[in-house]
Amino acid sequence: MNTTEIKIGGLGGQGVILSGMIIGRGACIFDDKYATLTQAFGPEARGSACSAQVVISDELIEYPYVEQPDILMVLSQEACTRFVPEMSPTGTLIYEGQLVKLPPSLPETLKRFAIPATRIAEELRRRMVVNIVMVGFFAAVTEVVDAAALRKSVEASVPPGTEELNLIAFERGLAYGQEALAGKTSESVVSRK
Amino acid sequence: MLGDNDGILSGAHFLDGDHACAEGAIAAGCNFVAGYPITPSTEVVERLAWRFPGTGGTFIQMEDEIASSIAIQGAVWAGAKAMTVSSGPGISLMLEHIGLAAMTEVPCVFVNVQRGGPSTGLPTLPAQADMMQARWGSHGDYEVIALVPNSPQECFDLIIHAFNLSEQYRVPVLFMMDEVIGHMTEKVVVPPRDQIKITPRRYTKLPPGEYEPYRAGDDLVPDFAKAGDGHRFHITGLTHNEKGYPVMNAECQEQLVCRLVDKIRTNVEQISFFHEDGLEDADVVVITYGISSRVTMRAIREARKKGVKVGHLRLVVVWPFPEEYIRRLAKQIEAFVVPEINLGQVVLEVERCAAGTCDVISIQHAGGAVHKPRTIYDAIVEAVR
Repeated sequence: MNTTEIKIGGLGGQGVILSGMIIGRGACIFDDKYATLTQAFGPEARGSACSAQVVISDELIEYPYVEQPDILMVLSQEACTRFVPEMSPTGTLIYEGQLVKLPPSLPETLKRFAIPATRIAEELRRRMVVNIVMVGFFAAVTEVVDAAALRKSVEASVPPGTEELNLIAFERGLAYGQEALAGKTSESVVSRK
Repeated sequence: MLGDNDGILSGAHFLDGDHACAEGAIAAGCNFVAGYPITPSTEVVERLAWRFPGTGGTFIQMEDEIASSIAIQGAVWAGAKAMTVSSGPGISLMLEHIGLAAMTEVPCVFVNVQRGGPSTGLPTLPAQADMMQARWGSHGDYEVIALVPNSPQECFDLIIHAFNLSEQYRVPVLFMMDEVIGHMTEKVVVPPRDQIKITPRRYTKLPPGEYEPYRAGDDLVPDFAKAGDGHRFHITGLTHNEKGYPVMNAECQEQLVCRLVDKIRTNVEQISFFHEDGLEDADVVVITYGISSRVTMRAIREARKKGVKVGHLRLVVVWPFPEEYIRRLAKQIEAFVVPEINLGQVVLEVERCAAGTCDVISIQHAGGAVHKPRTIYDAIVEAVR
């Protein structure tokens, strides 16, 4: 069974749950996979630390929870500090490079990718699309869900009337990720040890 | 979000269990819901309040749960398909009217998205601790049907089944979700309209004058007449005769209450619904329902890797309890393991049926989370030692 555990962390209001929704929907509606999304529900989803957990698999998912994230995507320092210790040492850490400073002494085997998603979102004049920029970046630097499926999922998941803006945000994140993989950006840190 | 003419959203969706339950209710033909929103069930009525205007249904946010549980029954007598939605604290308030629905044979559905209790307990966290309440909550002898889904897809599929059973047997059906299932999001496939099987209401074919509202046929279930269609009828929670009039003596009580109970007890095999996995050569069988079944699947996968002969019996219909089946199974195995997010409820029924012929191990959890797969794994391994 090929299963990937994904955790997304940030602050309530940053669109953490929507990011999880887009990745899960992309995997099981627009790609040929199974996906289960669980989320922090309660006061923490409304302002303080907040997280979404997505399990993606080729087979029916039994246990719905993330136990050891293979991929951690964080939009806040608190989420990074809190969730990095849970990660698989060979996992992939995706983080907002302006908001998050990596803790020292991360396992060398951990792959890390940073994106100045807030700056990109501000360039689009809508800071609230920072989560969609991150999803685009996720599409580029991981191979869990097909980018075309994620693009369709963005379109199907965002509020009506905002599709165009969000798709631009997605493409900007995707392009940044592709450049990062090609080694063309200075801000992305890709561990190749 | 627009559906076809019936308002059914045929196609694949990424929905949480609460929303899937709402969509399933619409697909079942439900057109009246009264409720008093409560975590973690709120999203069910939130979606219905949004969807019903487009499907011709009515949602009323009532003043409380007591009113909600009786409003739906008025709606049913007027011809609607109705349900109410709540969680433990609200269901506790509705119990008297669950008894009324059983006594007056009102086909309706009570959804309970279970959270930790007692009292207001853990609003945002799961439990399975209302299982005995579902069966025994109201006073007097009666039987209900209780179904337990373990995925958003089942929230859709089984709420339709819940409505169908309520119509077939004219009983209140309890739909026992939990916080995890309610808030978990997965793919939900809504089939085309013509592939959704609906049990119609059993309307009488007798003309006014010949019809008696509580005269049952061989299957012990009386036919229904809609208020205002010309049939004379009388409905009361008092012990009543076939005309529906109060007759308060021991003979009438025996005739009525035994029929209410027997229409379910004599049909247990027809109503029973469970999934078996690997029971043929099992030494130990894990009996589960709801979210605990999914944790158990992981534990069983690990135990089988170690060569343990472990089977899985997942109850979809928990009430009525498949007593005969469990009795037979008990004779073939060494132990039952029963994980529940409560301090031992359905396990009591398993013990009663096993009656000492095999071990019964209760894996309890006070609520607020699901079991760790490891806990169930350890119990399985211990059981075959």
